[in-house]
Amino acid sequence: MAQSYKVQQEFFVDMQRCIGCRACEAACAECETNGHESMIHVNYVDRAQTIQTTVQVCMHCDDPVCANVCPADAITKDEFGIVHSANTSRCIGCSNCVMACPFGVPKKMEKYDLMMKCNMCYDRTSVGKKPMCATVCPSGALFFGTREQMEKMRPNSTPVNKFIFGQETVETKVNLMMPKGSTELKVF
Amino acid sequence: MARLPIDAEEIIAKFGPSLHMPDREGLPGRDEPDTIVETHCCFCGMQCGIKLLAKNNKVVGFEPWMEFPFNEGRLCPKGVLRYMQNNHHDRLTTPILSKPGVGFEPVSWDQAMEKTILEIKRIQSQYGNDAFAMLSGVSLTNEKSYMVGKFARVALKTKNLDYNGRLCMVSAGAGNKKAFGLDRTSNNYTDLEKAEVIIVTGANVSETFPTLTHWIWRARDNGAKLIVVDPRVIPLARTADIHLDIRPGTDSALFGAILNYMVQHDMLDHDFINNYTSGFEAAKDAVKDYSLEWAEEITGTKKEKIEATAKLWGKASTSFLLHARGIEHHTKGVENVLSCINIVLASGRIGRPYCGYGTITGQGNGQGGREHGHKCDQLPGNRDIENPEHRKYISQVWGIDEKDMPGKGLSAYEIIEAIHRGEIKGLLSICFNPLISLPNNNYVREALEKLEFYAGIDFFLSETLRHANIVFPGSLHEEEEGTVTTAEGRVVRIRKAVNPPDNARPDTEILIEIAQRLGAGDKFPYKNSEEIFNELRVASKGGTADYYGITYEKIEKNMGVFWPCPDLDHPGTPRLWEDKKFKTPDGKAHFNAVEYHPSKDPVDDEYPVILTTGRVVSQYLSGSQTRRIGKLVQQFAQPLLEIHPTLAAQYGIQQDEEVIVTTKRGEAVFPANIVETIREDTVFIPYHWPGKKSANQLTSGHLDPISKIPEFKVSACKLTPTGNIAVVDKYSEAYKSS
Repeated sequence: MAQSYKVQQEFFVDMQRCIGCRACEAACAECETNGHESMIHVNYVDRAQTIQTTVQVCMHCDDPVCANVCPADAITKDEFGIVHSANTSRCIGCSNCVMACPFGVPKKMEKYDLMMKCNMCYDRTSVGKKPMCATVCPSGALFFGTREQMEKMRPNSTPVNKFIFGQETVETKVNLMMPKGSTELKVF
Repeated sequence: MARLPIDAEEIIAKFGPSLHMPDREGLPGRDEPDTIVETHCCFCGMQCGIKLLAKNNKVVGFEPWMEFPFNEGRLCPKGVLRYMQNNHHDRLTTPILSKPGVGFEPVSWDQAMEKTILEIKRIQSQYGNDAFAMLSGVSLTNEKSYMVGKFARVALKTKNLDYNGRLCMVSAGAGNKKAFGLDRTSNNYTDLEKAEVIIVTGANVSETFPTLTHWIWRARDNGAKLIVVDPRVIPLARTADIHLDIRPGTDSALFGAILNYMVQHDMLDHDFINNYTSGFEAAKDAVKDYSLEWAEEITGTKKEKIEATAKLWGKASTSFLLHARGIEHHTKGVENVLSCINIVLASGRIGRPYCGYGTITGQGNGQGGREHGHKCDQLPGNRDIENPEHRKYISQVWGIDEKDMPGKGLSAYEIIEAIHRGEIKGLLSICFNPLISLPNNNYVREALEKLEFYAGIDFFLSETLRHANIVFPGSLHEEEEGTVTTAEGRVVRIRKAVNPPDNARPDTEILIEIAQRLGAGDKFPYKNSEEIFNELRVASKGGTADYYGITYEKIEKNMGVFWPCPDLDHPGTPRLWEDKKFKTPDGKAHFNAVEYHPSKDPVDDEYPVILTTGRVVSQYLSGSQTRRIGKLVQQFAQPLLEIHPTLAAQYGIQQDEEVIVTTKRGEAVFPANIVETIREDTVFIPYHWPGKKSANQLTSGHLDPISKIPEFKVSACKLTPTGNIAVVDKYSEAYKSS
């Protein structure tokens, strides 16, 4: 099955388009491997001041901190760059990954004593389909396709996958759409 | 008398709303469905393509339908979770009879039919045929809508048939008929793609038509400027180039001022105006005093922003103007629509690629439903029930004597008023929940209680149907074959995924049996939905909404066909007016003189705040379906009073504090959500909830004199904080409030 993974297809997140509808959450939760929990999270930035929402999906880091800090080797990154959710037989629910992730992605599901996070719909992407969230997103805040497609469709934005947290630089498989010409996002 | 047989709480305990929550593993059979059915969402006018997965006669999940051209797999949360309405424990599966003091008891189909026929005959012989009314809805397919229209006139022999589209698209329909002689959005949405300027007014696109957001962003990627007109910073307004946060009810003042600016600065397409329109001088004169300063005063929006809008619109070479209920739910709803059409016609940008205009039809089949069936003044093909030629043609199609064709009946709210007056004594309803969706709903409840007999057809026992004497268990969207017409005017196929469960029946079968028992069975000889559609094709032939050239096969082959499509070789008409031949008597597009008028319930010292209403993304209309889908309920669990911090501070209102909102109709209590994303003089409440949580306890029954649409969008109110801080979380039980 893995041969069908379309390596040229990438994931793009465009926050300015997020309308906070939560179709992505609803669709993600449909996956039976998630136990009807969403692995993508939509949040208001500050509802009192703005209707702006953010959408957070696993960024699938090139050098995933979550996997590096896992004492049980429960998190692995595969040949296509997908950082998989915790191996249920290995995960000890210690939450090291939850605390280490610079994007706040992994969540400890207390009722299962297990970390769960996005695996970019491996069941779908491994057979050439798009992840569910990026399929249903009605505004284009989430898009799964080639870099060329994206450049052609959205000439006013540039995909960025380099994030600087203080002294730490994190490169990711998932791209964030930024104003045209951007090369990195600095988070102080 | 159609009163509740027992307490509402007891009825709710048995019939819901209750929440359908998914099991952790999902519904059984999803991984190995028996069938995967390409159909459409059952909710809004976008009618997104979706695949339903069915197992053992139950819908167990969905898959995106990537090939359907409008949405290419995209969905909103309602679409994702629409499958949860199937296989629901609240589902009506047998006819029920209301027994005072006892509740609703199951009865046989024969008993339910017999009682209903007896009551129809009794009421009609005692008070006249028109004393028995019918209310319908445009979540029904074209086939059902057409059949309801014929059923009411031919079997029930009443003129008093109307529908919930009366709360939806009628102002737009009336405006479009006046201006263009035809009621349809002028373009399909691919024409948005290269529009230079887009105006979206009174349309919370991202919450009510979420998948349309994609097409607007396609245009923005190509450099389009987006102008959003709304008293709130709705999600689409947040990033718009210009957001005109006008005072509710001042739309025609805004568009009048823009027209005047275009005239003053000669931003007009003179060739188009001279050759293809009429009425320009009168329209121009009507707004000659509408300066930017005047518009600023009336609308409460900075004149610089209005001027910037007028400049962008005036200078554009391509454009698209979209509107929805925000400008239409007014006593001047038709005028507001015409004020928008005036600036479109002045620009000459219509009937060309990327030059578009249209209302965004709200309900799933708002477009097709209003064309072919259950509007009190219309006959199929968008014909006029008072036009002798139209009556003659449809009478011939239906096989009746033209003199037996009833005339124009009362509109939806007027039917409620007539029940109050004692003129209407009996009611049959299908697909309509007026106790939630009509304004001033305590008045609606009193009307229902005055009915001598009320029967309903539905799949769930809605709040309104708790008042019924008999309820027939009907069919869901996915339980019958058919077609609907999307907001774009595209006729698409609705496919049956499962049969109605247990003892429930398809809606069409129920109507046919009632017709048979009323002695009109020979007029309803249909064996399947396609036969109904084929009769609709003939009935629509020669009308403005001409479907004659559309067949099930053609729809399936092309993934939809746009009407008008007058013959079998015709490809359909995605873009209207390319020939500049309008359907008005003189063949020209009509400007209309629109003067600004204030709303009918203006603010004053006693009621100093403007109340406006609308929707949230996770609920649909009266919530009859979506208030039973657990995750949708929890996404926005109760109606909140959106209020600006400045206004909240004036009253000392705290976040989540329960506030009594009072209008001339009554009062209701809602927790405050203090946000800067609304005008300081306006509060907003979404209307999907029932009972004490219903915003429509507060709205007024003032109607537009032409379209008869109620003025939901402007009510004068006063606010009284209670000091109680509400718990605002996903576990609210507002969804079943009595």
